[in-house]
Amino acid sequence: MFSLSSIQWAFYILAILTLFGGLGTIMSKNPIHSVLYLILTFFSLSAHYILMNAQFLAVVNIIVYAGAIMVLFLFVIMFLNMKEQEANELKKNSTIIAASIVGGTIGIILVAMFRQVQTQPTNPNFYDSQIGMIESLGKFLYKDYILPFELVSILFLVAMVGAVMLGSKAKGERDF
Amino acid sequence: MESLSIVNVIIVLTIFFVSLGIAAYETYFERVVAAYIQDRVGPDYAGPYGLLQPLADAFKMFFKEDFMPAKADKLLFVMGPGLALFTALLTSAVIPFGDSLIIGGKEYLVQGIEVNIGILWVFGIVALGVYGILIGGWASNNKYSLYGAIRAASSNISYELAMGMAIIAIIMTSESLSVRAIVEQQHGINWNVFYQPMGFLIFLTCAFAECNRTPFDLPESENELVAGYHTEYSSMKLGSYLFAEYLNMFVTSAVISCLYFGGFNYPGMDWVHATLVGLAGETAGHNIATFVGLGAFFTKIFFFIFLFMWVRWTVPRFRYDQLMNLGWKGLIPLAVVNMVITAAAQLSGSPLIGGYIGLAIFLIVFVLLWPLTKPKSRML
Repeated sequence: MFSLSSIQWAFYILAILTLFGGLGTIMSKNPIHSVLYLILTFFSLSAHYILMNAQFLAVVNIIVYAGAIMVLFLFVIMFLNMKEQEANELKKNSTIIAASIVGGTIGIILVAMFRQVQTQPTNPNFYDSQIGMIESLGKFLYKDYILPFELVSILFLVAMVGAVMLGSKAKGERDF
Repeated sequence: MESLSIVNVIIVLTIFFVSLGIAAYETYFERVVAAYIQDRVGPDYAGPYGLLQPLADAFKMFFKEDFMPAKADKLLFVMGPGLALFTALLTSAVIPFGDSLIIGGKEYLVQGIEVNIGILWVFGIVALGVYGILIGGWASNNKYSLYGAIRAASSNISYELAMGMAIIAIIMTSESLSVRAIVEQQHGINWNVFYQPMGFLIFLTCAFAECNRTPFDLPESENELVAGYHTEYSSMKLGSYLFAEYLNMFVTSAVISCLYFGGFNYPGMDWVHATLVGLAGETAGHNIATFVGLGAFFTKIFFFIFLFMWVRWTVPRFRYDQLMNLGWKGLIPLAVVNMVITAAAQLSGSPLIGGYIGLAIFLIVFVLLWPLTKPKSRML
C-alpha cells in the first residue's frame, strides 16, 4: 500500500476529493453549498485531466464549467433565495420511490456495462504521451473530424439564436 | 520530465513574495498618486516619506475587531476572502518574468512553470476570480453585500467574453498559447501592441472591469451599496479583500505587458546582451542581461499599475446600465471585428500593414454607418 508512486498518490487523493465533492453536491441541504461542492468536483476532474497529460481539456473544463456555467448557477440560485425547508423534497414517499427506481436501474446498467466492455490495455511502449496536447488535438479536430466539428458549431449557432429569441423582449414589454 | 531543483523552488518563492510585496506597496502608491492628483500631501507620518504606511495599515487591520454577522454562513464567510486571495495569486505562476538564468551550467527559466496553455490558464483563473466576491457577498447575509456580489459576477461574465476574443486575436498573431512563446516573439520592439492597437484597448478596458477598478467598480459603489460585497467584513478579512484587489492589479498589469508590450523585451536588447557577454563572460553576462530584462518588465508593470491609479482618481464611475451596454453592445462587437481583421491580416501575408488597412476600412464604414443607426439603440 505504501509503495505507491507519487503519481498514484496524487491520483488517489484526487479521486477521494472528487468523490467527496460529488457526494457533497447531492447530500448538502443548502443549494449554494451544493454548487460549491460541484465546483470542487470540476476542479478535481480538471486535475485528473492534467494527470492524463490533457492540459487543454483541463483548462477548458475550468474556463467553461467552473468559470462560466457555475457562476451563472450561483448567480441564479442566489437570486432565487431558496429556503432550506423548500428544498426538502426527499420527505415525500413518491420522490423516494422514484429515486430508488432510477438509481437501481442506473446501477444495473453500469454493472452490465462493466461486465460487457473489455478494456484494452494500452501498450506503454507505443503510447503517444503528447496525444492530449493542444497541437495534436487541433490537428485531429480540423483534419479527421472536420465535419462533426462544423456540425457542432452550427448546433451552437442555432442554440445561441434560440437563446437570444427567448431572451428578447416583446414589443411594448418593459425591462423591470 | 524536468526534475524540480532548489533553484526552481527559489524562483517560485521569489515570485510569490515579490507579488505580495508589490501588492503591499501598491496601497502606498495608490495614496501617493491620489494625493498628488488631488493636490494633497499624502501619507508622510509612518517612516521617511510614509514608506512604512503599508505596515501600519496591516497592523491596524490586525488589531481591529473581527466581527461576524449573526446569521452569516460561517464557513463561507471565512472562505470568501481566502478564495479571493488564492485566485489572485494563482495567475502569476505562468507569467514569464524574465528570460533565463544559467546556474552551474544549467538553464533555469525565470517563471513559475512553463506550460503550453499558459494564456488559457490565465483566462481560466480570471474567470474563477469572481468566486471570492460572490461567496463572501452571499455569506454575509446582507442585501447590499448580495447586490455587490451579483454585480461583480455579471460584470465579470460580460467582460470575460470581449477579453477572450481579444486574446484570440493575440493567439492568431503569435500562433501559440504559451505566454513565454508569445513574449519571445515580440523580440526587441516588435511588440504586439503595434499589430493589435484595437485589441489592446479592448483588453485594457476589460482588465479594468475584471479587477473591479474604477470606472467599473460597481460592486463596491459606496453611494448605492454602502460598501458592496465587503460591507460586513472587518479586520484582516476586509484586508484580504483589498489586498486581493491590489494583487489582481499587479498580475493584470503583468499580463498586459506580456501580451501587448513584449514582457522582458526592450529595444536594443541584443546589443545589451552582446556587450554584457563581452564584458562579463558567457554565463555572468547572460544572467545580468536577464536582470536588465526583468527591470524592463517591471518598469512596464509599474507603468500599468500607475495607469490603473491614474484612471481611478480621474474618471468617475459608470452607471450600471452603461457598464452593461458598453460590455455587450460596444466591446463584444468590436472584439469580433478585431478578430476578423486580424484573421484577414494574417492571411494577407503582411500582418502589420494588413491590420492597419483593415482598421482604416472598419473606421470608414463605421463613420459612414453611424448616422444611420437609431439614436435609441446606440451604446451609452
